[in-house]
Amino acid sequence: MLLIPCPNCGPRDETEFHYGGQAHVAYPENPAELTDREWAEYLFYRDNTKGAFAERWLHSTGCRQWFNMLRDTVTYDIQAVYPMGQLRPATGPTAPTVTSPVSPEGAVK
Amino acid sequence: MADTAALENSKKIQTLRKSPASLLRTAFEAGSVAGTVELREVPFLTMAGLRVDPAGDAGQRLGALTGGLPSASGEVRGSGDTAVLWLGPAEFLLVAPAESHESLGGELPRTLIAALGDGQGQVVDLSANRTTLELSGPRASAVLEKGCALDLHPRVFQPGTALSTEIGGIPVVLWKTGDETYRIFPRASFAEFLGRWLLDAMREYASTEVP
Repeated sequence: MLLIPCPNCGPRDETEFHYGGQAHVAYPENPAELTDREWAEYLFYRDNTKGAFAERWLHSTGCRQWFNMLRDTVTYDIQAVYPMGQLRPATGPTAPTVTSPVSPEGAVK
Repeated sequence: MADTAALENSKKIQTLRKSPASLLRTAFEAGSVAGTVELREVPFLTMAGLRVDPAGDAGQRLGALTGGLPSASGEVRGSGDTAVLWLGPAEFLLVAPAESHESLGGELPRTLIAALGDGQGQVVDLSANRTTLELSGPRASAVLEKGCALDLHPRVFQPGTALSTEIGGIPVVLWKTGDETYRIFPRASFAEFLGRWLLDAMREYASTEVP
């Protein structure tokens, strides 16, 4: 179970939250001009990152506010929590940069 | 006068209505262990949902009426027997005694709606949305700890704090009103389940401790 630090309420159990998928997927400027393929890519295609991943979360049982979170998909380490609309912060140093899935701690070197 | 007639009629309705956990009243009495942990329903409290920017004009007007609006998670503000609980940065729950409701001759939520006026925000009468369960006694926090992930240690969760969380998987607002007294606000349809869940969690304290 993740312990997620809500910017309003402080650390709470993961069960109080809803996942909102990948963050920073911009709505197309002119949706009518997109081809079917581009539209499908906007709707359904998401990154499947190994490492730091920016995602949206909703504290649905608590303050009912959305926020962005930078989470490592390998170590589940929460690297940053930042408000909606803000740009993604730089990836933290704890992200595994080498291909050693056995020991993510080794990435620290 | 028409108003008096309406009031008389609504008083008649008050005697007929049933609170969401009224079915469990005898079970609560039987399941309570005097001096250890006790559970009861406090029915029909007046509640109003306030959605307003606390820094804006409308927020100031409502705050002046309610004794201030809380500004951070957990905070409870209020004056007299009216309390305002923090639910979100711009969302609050006002809790007042049942007699404060306008159907019983009180002033709520009429005065709140008047104070909001044309301002941005909303005031909604939510008295029927949630019911109130009051859990008290030295073992009350031990009962809650069985199904609530919050840190309920008195050093962290102090009297006069209210947090929305989950108890036994049920979304509730948990308000610590005294050192050993908690008010739990589940939605009406969850009240019976949560009541039975709490009774089950309280049951072990009815038997004598095994040395």
